[in-house]
Amino acid sequence: MKVGIIDYNAGNLRSVELALRHLEIDAFVSGDPRDLEKADRLVFPGDGHAATSMHNLRERGLDELLFNFFRRGRPILGICVGSQIVLDSSDEKAQGEAKPTRCLGLVQGSCHRLEGSSPSGPLKVPHMGWNAVQFSDTQHPLVQGIPSGTDFYFVHSFYTEVSDPSLILGRTEYGQEFTTGFVKEALAAWQFHPEKSGEWGLKLVANFFQWRP
Amino acid sequence: MLKKRVIVCLDVKEGKTTKGIKFQDNVDLGDPVAMAETYYRQGVDELVFYDITASAEKRGIMLDVVARVAEKIFIPFCVGGGLSTAEDIRKVINAGAEKVSLNSPAVKNPELIREAARLYGSQSVVLGMDALADPSLPSGYRVVINGGRTPTEWDALEWALRAQSLGAGEIVLNSIDADGTKSGYELKLTRLISSKVSIPVVASGGAGTPEHLREVLQEGQADAALVASMVHYGTYTVGQIKEYLRQKHIPVREA
Repeated sequence: MKVGIIDYNAGNLRSVELALRHLEIDAFVSGDPRDLEKADRLVFPGDGHAATSMHNLRERGLDELLFNFFRRGRPILGICVGSQIVLDSSDEKAQGEAKPTRCLGLVQGSCHRLEGSSPSGPLKVPHMGWNAVQFSDTQHPLVQGIPSGTDFYFVHSFYTEVSDPSLILGRTEYGQEFTTGFVKEALAAWQFHPEKSGEWGLKLVANFFQWRP
Repeated sequence: MLKKRVIVCLDVKEGKTTKGIKFQDNVDLGDPVAMAETYYRQGVDELVFYDITASAEKRGIMLDVVARVAEKIFIPFCVGGGLSTAEDIRKVINAGAEKVSLNSPAVKNPELIREAARLYGSQSVVLGMDALADPSLPSGYRVVINGGRTPTEWDALEWALRAQSLGAGEIVLNSIDADGTKSGYELKLTRLISSKVSIPVVASGGAGTPEHLREVLQEGQADAALVASMVHYGTYTVGQIKEYLRQKHIPVREA
């Protein structure tokens, strides 16, 4: 199996690359759709701004690549911003823009800014640190062997809202409860960083590569 | 629920951890990579490596340490010390660090924070701040640099808010008064800053017992607590500290 890690100038890909190497998964990093087209599976990470990320994807023709990959049912793993911009839109807008950022639209849903309060005052944003993820289906191959409620490492200011509740695989509470994992066909998406979430995170990544959607 | 983090800090000089350590297993005592692995196994939530190498020529050694750590541990870690240009930051991030900590150079050149946040996102930019009690200032604390030796014009709270507006995503707040005393964190300072900023605050300086962490995480309202000698000298393991906090009903991660 050959795995492509999508490079679209959206933050640090090094940790994803190192986690895959540790799991002995044959992966390459590229920003060229012609190279990535040859991969069996894609990892779609991201740390940046939704509008900038969408701009960078389109500029390189990577939006088309993702559409085609998805349509053909080839597995994609979205991480953090990569899990957000597979939805229809995001409230993380370009400067001076009034309308939400239009995203890839592979999954029906949208992204909104985290807000709320905590017992000690206003909610700190970004949501940074380890938080529990409750799995809605503990038998799902993606989460097999991992207890529901395991902590994973989060860093984000926007959260995903997926329209079809049957797609939701993970939920987390921070100020409010929101979706932090979902699956549609061969696309798996996690809001947190499994590659930075210790041994359970690595197990989750390994599960994705065992998965036969 | 978001967990409170326990973070271990390692001071690294020319590729070796400077504070003495005493592990039971067969670990090369001064090797920061081996120490990082040990703490990772003990369930530490994050690590900070502080480069205290004096000569600029030997700074490259730190990049090698960072690259080796990134291959072995799969939790976030931060690198600080001597990062004064965008190029310094780029090298550390590319070597595999999740975050950089900007301290004295950020005071001398606050634009460095903005530049780093623009390039790598606020989540990767940590403000390292050393504060010293000073009743003549509005918050009661003054920012000091160069390891506490040089006072600045900045009021601690004012500087924290300024750094936040420039794009810092987190603050490691070190009390010079408490540092090295092992008699507990500076609770008043920590609470003051943590309650006024909207980004996470990591308390640093003064930890000697697990109870000190409980105090600063509850009464000090810190989001995370930094420890160094209390684990380096083998007095406590990270696991023991977290177990204590769990008993005191502080939510911590189970590794």
